[in-house]
Amino acid sequence: MRGAFDSLSVGTFHQDKGELHGVTVVVDTDGPEVFVGRCHEVTPEGVVLLDADAHAVEAGAASKEEWVRRAARYGVWARHRHLVVPRQRVASIRRLGDVAE
Amino acid sequence: MPYSPMLVKPMREELTSAGVEELLTAADVDRWLGQRQGTALLVVNSVCGCAAGAARPGVRVALQGGARPDRVATVFAGQDLEATSRARAHFADIPPSSPSMALFKDGELVYFVPRHRIEGKMPQEVAADLAQAFERWCVAPSIR
Repeated sequence: MRGAFDSLSVGTFHQDKGELHGVTVVVDTDGPEVFVGRCHEVTPEGVVLLDADAHAVEAGAASKEEWVRRAARYGVWARHRHLVVPRQRVASIRRLGDVAE
Repeated sequence: MPYSPMLVKPMREELTSAGVEELLTAADVDRWLGQRQGTALLVVNSVCGCAAGAARPGVRVALQGGARPDRVATVFAGQDLEATSRARAHFADIPPSSPSMALFKDGELVYFVPRHRIEGKMPQEVAADLAQAFERWCVAPSIR
């Protein structure tokens, strides 16, 4: 389990589906992928996102920061109705609304 | 599937009682957005908690300020499907979200507030965001 996930589990989330339930979040990984979607819940398996989109940094593609900044401006297309980011891949979770455009 | 009309009635009235015109059909939307002159705010209403806790009360507060759009209307996502779909076609490059708000000036989209900028906010914060946009886009140049 990563540090960011640890901190969320001790203070940020409530006993039910958590305070991020229904909130659009950015889930970053230590790898090339970053995810944006509506947080449904955080489970031992990972972060469950609804109406989510994902971006992977590849040659010629936007950086994670650029992609997230664009998402912060208008949101993301719901390319995945339901998506689970495995717990071991989660490096950080933050509200998309807190990201500067 | 749309919720019971009885359930959403107060959610509609929270905006209509503030003078917001309700657009129920695609024809309503075409008529309203077809009138391109001036400034117009379109509110995409929804049944979710952030619409109740932030978006609708935020719009009400913003409309009480000095600068405000010439016209304000609303479509209800998940309820008035045809009207909402037609409205979203007018800003088709923007991923759909609700609640959300679109400000038009002379028929062009000039400002958009997506759902994630409403989530977790206080009504006053949503109102302040809108008020800034109204100040920028809805005040006649001569009195700026």
